Amino acid sequence: MDMLSEISSTRQSVGGRRTGRTKMSPLAWREARWGLFFISPWLIGFILFYVLPMIVSFGFSLFNFTLSNPEAASFIGLENWRRMLSDPETWQAMWITFRFAIVSFPIGMGLAFSLAVLLNSKSLLGRNVFRTLFYAPTMVPFIASILIWAQVLNPNTGWINRLLQSVGIQAVGTNGLRWMDDPNLILISYTFIGIWGIGNTVLIYLASLQGVPTELYEASTIDGAGWWRRLWNITIPLVTPVIFYNLITSLVGLLQYFIVPWVLNNGNGYPEGSTNFYMVHFYKQAFTYQNMGYGSSLAWLMFIVALGITLFLFGTARYWVYYAGESK
Amino acid sequence: MAAIAAGDKQNWKIAYQRRSILMKLGVTFLALIVLTIYIMPLLYGVVNSLKSPEQAADIRAPLIPSDPVNFVYQGEEYPVYEVPTDAGIQQYAMIDAGRRTSTMIDVANPDAGTFEWEGNWRSLNPVTTVAFHWENYPEAWETIDFLRLLTNTLVYALVTTAGTVFASSMVAYGFARFRFPFKNLLFLVLMSTIILPPAVTLVPTYAFFVRVLDWGGTWLPMIVPQMFGNAYNIFLLRQYFLTIPREMEEAAMVDGAGRIRTFTAVILPQAIPALTAVALFHFFFAWNDFFGPLIYLAGNRRANPITVGLTEFNGLYSQQPHLVLAAAIISMLLPLGIFFMAQRVFIQGIVITGVDK
Repeated sequence: MDMLSEISSTRQSVGGRRTGRTKMSPLAWREARWGLFFISPWLIGFILFYVLPMIVSFGFSLFNFTLSNPEAASFIGLENWRRMLSDPETWQAMWITFRFAIVSFPIGMGLAFSLAVLLNSKSLLGRNVFRTLFYAPTMVPFIASILIWAQVLNPNTGWINRLLQSVGIQAVGTNGLRWMDDPNLILISYTFIGIWGIGNTVLIYLASLQGVPTELYEASTIDGAGWWRRLWNITIPLVTPVIFYNLITSLVGLLQYFIVPWVLNNGNGYPEGSTNFYMVHFYKQAFTYQNMGYGSSLAWLMFIVALGITLFLFGTARYWVYYAGESK
Repeated sequence: MAAIAAGDKQNWKIAYQRRSILMKLGVTFLALIVLTIYIMPLLYGVVNSLKSPEQAADIRAPLIPSDPVNFVYQGEEYPVYEVPTDAGIQQYAMIDAGRRTSTMIDVANPDAGTFEWEGNWRSLNPVTTVAFHWENYPEAWETIDFLRLLTNTLVYALVTTAGTVFASSMVAYGFARFRFPFKNLLFLVLMSTIILPPAVTLVPTYAFFVRVLDWGGTWLPMIVPQMFGNAYNIFLLRQYFLTIPREMEEAAMVDGAGRIRTFTAVILPQAIPALTAVALFHFFFAWNDFFGPLIYLAGNRRANPITVGLTEFNGLYSQQPHLVLAAAIISMLLPLGIFFMAQRVFIQGIVITGVDK
């Protein structure tokens, strides 16, 4: 059972057991005390580092509060929220973030799935060696891979442009493909920079491909289905839970997209403001300008959007996500 | 009739085998090509980290690390060029560069003395020879002060790995074995912290650590919160604990072991593979941690980890791409080494978290 179906089944049992609970026996109470003792590290951490900060963060968003001058903090009600919602920069940053998600998510998912199909192929000689080598770049520290990819994408000395040039595409030079300087290319370049991160997704796809019962393939082959039909009608439906899991974690993860624009341009939005992601905007408000009140309202907006996305996706799940256990 | 049918069958079998061999070669060849493209930047990084500074920034430089060849004439060094002449391409050393004509000397026949060559020397290709600049690595190591970055990163990674593995396994054991009120609800809450954007708790936490506790510039704000476990690790360990038979614990309890002793002496030793996987995950997470060090260590460069140090280095030395690449490659050696040694445990762990069946 994977993490998501675990969560959804947990949720069902939460609703279902309310009626069954009666007064606890001393033995059950002893057990419960031990259980609470063992989970106490998380309970304490959850209260200290999740519950309290979230409440305080909402409180902060109602104040004009700069960390460098905390004495001057004043209650301003929903002023931060009003300013945030009416500031075009907020929506610009949100739009850049979602545009990047639209560009990079299909490329990442498609590549990860294709690689998994390739690495699962019975015709592939030396499968284990290939699996290890395809996974290895995922272990390259992220900063190192950003720096290397940025140079590979260098318009003049990078190998990508030199390769394109050698097959006759005008890529090198000022009129060529300026990967890191062209606002129309930058999101593609950032997708390349993150591409080594797909290793885990490939592995998860691979594991779920291996879990597909071979009888299904055999039966459909006898029925005359070709490779593409089997892929479309058997394989893809069976990996929809993985796609669903990745859709949620990637979208919520992309809201926090920060490191690449920060490492490459110190978060200055280069080129032409096209890399002012939401998290970069938040960082500047909260930490560069030390504006804790406004920063908190930006953080809360991010939380609300993430929650909205998650609830929306869970709502749509029953129309397209296939769970083997839930045949009704 | 029968003989012909048998022959057909034989032919069919051969054709089938031939097809499957072709298929194997085709798929493997495809995988090789895709793999080459996929890890090409890594190769680029290694190759370019071994170039000289001039060659690394030169558009016309050969792909392989090389140095221009010089010719010594009367005690002075002069660059050698490939010059097209009537007798094919000759190697001439350029003694004196001029706009229309340049003074050259034939490398193959220096005794003939210098002569004027007509043409623009800028259109000539320099003669180069393969040269690997291994000294870039010690230079990058020294310039970035890698030993200090490594020490900071290692201490952080090891301390928090120990802390989070212990805390997470305690919590996982609690969820795996005991019945207590609101257990399922609490587990659901725990799992949903995975998709909670950290930003929403960040501002007050930052203000508290930096203003109230005065921990700015130290590692404490990153270390302390990790001593309370983490949802991914707890999930993975719980799944593993659920597979350990209860009889082992019951036997230990009959022998008079308490709950804590049962946990440390029976459960933890049983779960070494899962604990290793979790420890590795956390180690790599810590190795890559960027945001925490960026905001909390601001103003204390001596405490920087590799991630932040490498980023600053890239900003300061952007004109020296060979050093940036060498530093980047140094930073990946340890994680890659650990991965190749422990890949089995590691890969199983990822699969359990993602699609544990």
